[in-house]
Order: sequence, then C-alpha cells, then structure tokens
Amino acid sequence: MAPKPCALCTVNPAAIVRPKDRSALCKPCFFNVFETEIHHTITSTNLFARGERIAIGASGGKDSTVLASVLKTLNERYDYGVELILLSIDEGIKGYRDDSLETVKRNAKEYGMELTILGYKELYGWTMDQVVEQVGKKGNCTYCGVFRRQALDRGAAKLGVKHVVTGHNADDVAETVLMNLLRGDLPRLSRTTSIVTSTPSSVASSSPTDPASHTNIKRSKPLKYAYEKEIVLYALHKNLTYFSTECIYSPEAFRGSARALIKNLERVRPSAILDVVRSGEDMAKLCPGSDEGCGGACGSSTSAIPMAEEEEGGCGSSNGRNAGSEMANMDRQLAQNEAAVENELEVEITFHGRDGTQQKIKKQPKKIKGQAAASVPRKAVTKQVMGKCKKCGYLSSQEVCKACTLLEGLNKNRPKNHIEVGYDAEPENHVRDLAGQVKGLEVGSG
Amino acid sequence: MSSSPENLTVKVEFSGGLELLFSNKRTHTITLPAHTPSTSTTPTTIRDLVIYLCDELMRDPRRDLFVLDGTVRPGILVLINDADWELEGEDAYEVKNGDSILFVSTLHGG
Repeated sequence: MAPKPCALCTVNPAAIVRPKDRSALCKPCFFNVFETEIHHTITSTNLFARGERIAIGASGGKDSTVLASVLKTLNERYDYGVELILLSIDEGIKGYRDDSLETVKRNAKEYGMELTILGYKELYGWTMDQVVEQVGKKGNCTYCGVFRRQALDRGAAKLGVKHVVTGHNADDVAETVLMNLLRGDLPRLSRTTSIVTSTPSSVASSSPTDPASHTNIKRSKPLKYAYEKEIVLYALHKNLTYFSTECIYSPEAFRGSARALIKNLERVRPSAILDVVRSGEDMAKLCPGSDEGCGGACGSSTSAIPMAEEEEGGCGSSNGRNAGSEMANMDRQLAQNEAAVENELEVEITFHGRDGTQQKIKKQPKKIKGQAAASVPRKAVTKQVMGKCKKCGYLSSQEVCKACTLLEGLNKNRPKNHIEVGYDAEPENHVRDLAGQVKGLEVGSG
Repeated sequence: MSSSPENLTVKVEFSGGLELLFSNKRTHTITLPAHTPSTSTTPTTIRDLVIYLCDELMRDPRRDLFVLDGTVRPGILVLINDADWELEGEDAYEVKNGDSILFVSTLHGG
C-alpha cells in the first residue's frame, strides 16, 4: 500500500495524524504547524512582552523540554525579544529527580539557557525523602505540591523574574476541567482554564517595587492548546532528550481516573480534549467567582488575571488533597459566591415592583426530594482577603500559609536525636527510636 | 530474510516510561509466529503482537499499564516504521517481517 501523502505539502509521506482534526501530515509540515499554533497562542493572548525575562519551569520531562525548545525556536524566528532561562526545582528525591536534573542540565547547555536549580532542602530545610521518612507515603504528595508551587515563585523572585511559563498541555487542562466538574468546583475553572494566572500583589503589598517580592509572579501555559500526543511526537521526531519516569513516591498517580477518562475519550474522539478545554473556558465565564471572562484572551491588567492557587494538589493532580484543603476550598467557594452576588452574576434577580418596593427573587438550587440538598449551609463568610503569610511573606488567605503550616507540623515532629529515647515521645516513637538503636545508632535525617 | 515464512522478526522499542515494564530495556528484537494462532492462516496483527509481548516479554505483573480491553492502553502512542499507527489501521495492522514498532507512553509526568 502506497503511503498516504501529507495533507499540506502533498509530497512527503504522512507520518502523524493530528488529534484535533485527524489530518495526516509529514514531519516537516507537522513541526511547522505545531510551532505556528503555539506562536499564535502566544501572540493572540499577548503573553510575552519585549524585553521580558521569562523563566521556564523545567523538570526534564517531555512537556517542559518541548516548551523550552519551541520557545527558543519561536523567540528567534519571530523575534519576541524575550530572555529565556530555565528554573528547576529539586524536590530531593533520590533516583528520581537526580536523573531528570541531568536532563535539564543537558538541555540548558544545548539551548544555551541559564539554569537555576532550587532545592526543597535549601528552601524549606527538608528534602522530600526526609518528608516521606517522617510522614510516610500517604499524603506526602500534598507536601510536595504545596512546596513546589511556592518554590517556582520563590525561584523566580530570586532571579528577579516576573514571569514563569510551565509545560501544562491541553490534556492536563482538560483533565483539570473534568476534575473540577466532578468535584462540583466550578469557581476554580476560571483559574485552571486561564492561560495566565498570577500570584497577585497582596492587598497590603508593602513593597511593590521590591524585585525579590514573590507575590507578583505571572504564570502562564503556552502549551495550553497543545495535545500531549503532539508534544511527545514533536520531542520524538526532533530527537529531543527528555526524562520519563514516574515519581517513586506516587507510582499510581498517573492512573488518575480523570486522566484515564481523557485518554479513553481521545481514542474514540480525539477532538474531545480541546473541546473539553473550550467547554471549561466557556463555563468559567459563566461561573460565580470568575475573575475574568475571556479565558485570558484579553486584558493585560493584573486585575483581570485570575489568581493562582495557593494549594494546588500534588502531582498526578488526582491525589494530594487533604481534608483541610477541601475545607479551605469550600470556604473560598462560598466567599466567591458572595462576591458573585455583589457582581450581580445570576444568583439573585432584583427588580422594582409596581409600588416601588424592591423585590428580590432568589434563585435557589432545585431541591431534590427527600435529600438535604441545601444541607451545606450557605453561611455568611467573611470575604477572602489575600494577605501575606506572617511567617514567610508568601501570598496567603490564611494568617500562615499552607507551606508554613505543613513545615510547622514537620519540624515539631522532627526527631532531634535518634539516640535519645524521647521521654515525652509518642509510643511509636519509642519503638522507632529503639529500632534505630538496634540498627546501630544511625544518625537520622541530618 | 533470516526468518522462515512461519516466523516474523521485528524490532520492538519502548519509551516514555514503558521500558520499565520490559526489564528496563528500550529495544528488543523478537521473533513471533507469522500467523495467530500459529496453526491458522490469519496474519499476525499489532493486537496479537501486544498480547505476545505481554505473555512472553513482560516481566512486570502490571499488564494493565500496557494493555487495556485487549488493545494498547489509551495514552500510549504506537509508531509503525516511524509512522503513526492511525495511518496503518491501528491494532488491525498486519505485522510484516522487519517492521520496527515503537510504543511511547504519554502518561508519565512532564
């Protein structure tokens, strides 16, 4: 059977079937189309400003590797006039991050980009290996997720960079849209579907001009409309070296149900992924609490940019949320509903009666028979005010940010010295301490 | 060709994390029956190859990370002689002697 020719150049044999429209392209045409679409995403959303210094959040994985490669290509081809640097976070997981950081180093050399590696150890005093040693393998992803989010901002601040780009792709966004939908968390859609989020300068931003402030870092996802399939094929056919292994602490993370659902949908109807992304954007526009109504396509003022999440889950997106953060999210959601009332976004219709009195019709959620549909009390919630964590100064709606709260717990329980049998320690600590002694008085996490 | 008409020799490659399921080895050269079942006249397809790989090559018990519902798990890309398998009829493609087949997982973190 003669190979099918490329739908664009009609000369070369096709090698790739594009998921978005099932067109069959040859490699050179595919590269060109893939790059051009990302260029279009960047220009249509005014993502970059000339002279801007942009840090690429680089993990060594496929997405950030392709992002770095494509941005370098486009910056040269279209003269964006931006300076690209690489920023990597070292969680301190032996046998996982060590290897992927080697990939990042190689990429840095290959692309001629400055590279900064920032470790959890350096930032928080704990490596993830040490965290796991302490808290076990349950819930450790929460720590990692919270720490990582702040780490990129802190790294950017350290470098004097105001903009961090990440490799989130269309599949990631679609997955998050579905998860928010399944969780009933529509207000979050705005932030997860928007191409730009920011860690806004806090209300009481004491030093807005402070270059080291990590409260006003712009985050964006230039690959938001790029299929994971095409990212992998781009890397493959361009012979880009990337690192792929699952985090040793979350071997099940990539089997998240939302991810499986997305991939199953893609097999049946490849356009579904972008359709879900677009649906997410459209729903976000209609949601109470939506900070903007354009999916990031318009408006460059900071106020139009949705806030970044303080506590995004760990990797695999599906795990790493603990009950505490669910509660905080619920509070936030309620606060946003309040805000929506003020903005007269549905919820309440006010009109003037004939006698001049104001009448209100409250839109109630349809009551489900026999079920406590309204059992979640719509109690008045004080409006969420973003302030700074009193400990570290990071943006937080709480007095103490999530990372500091987690650290406090960790530090409190940190065994001071394995040899000393803790007289006030918990029973299991006795066991562990004794076990430590039996093992020959190993000095623990130092 | 070195293999008899009864057998096919193909190069199979795993990438994107899938190699972990196959003794952490990226490239394998395997010989398998040209017909499945071997006594029949039905040509061996990618679907048969995948089952063969699970039965004969995979040392890892997590078969479902590679195969789901009798075919390649969604999220794993297949390239037949460097071309997207969607151009070749996906898992119904009849394997030819000397083919090079690449399985790339997209499921691992970026």
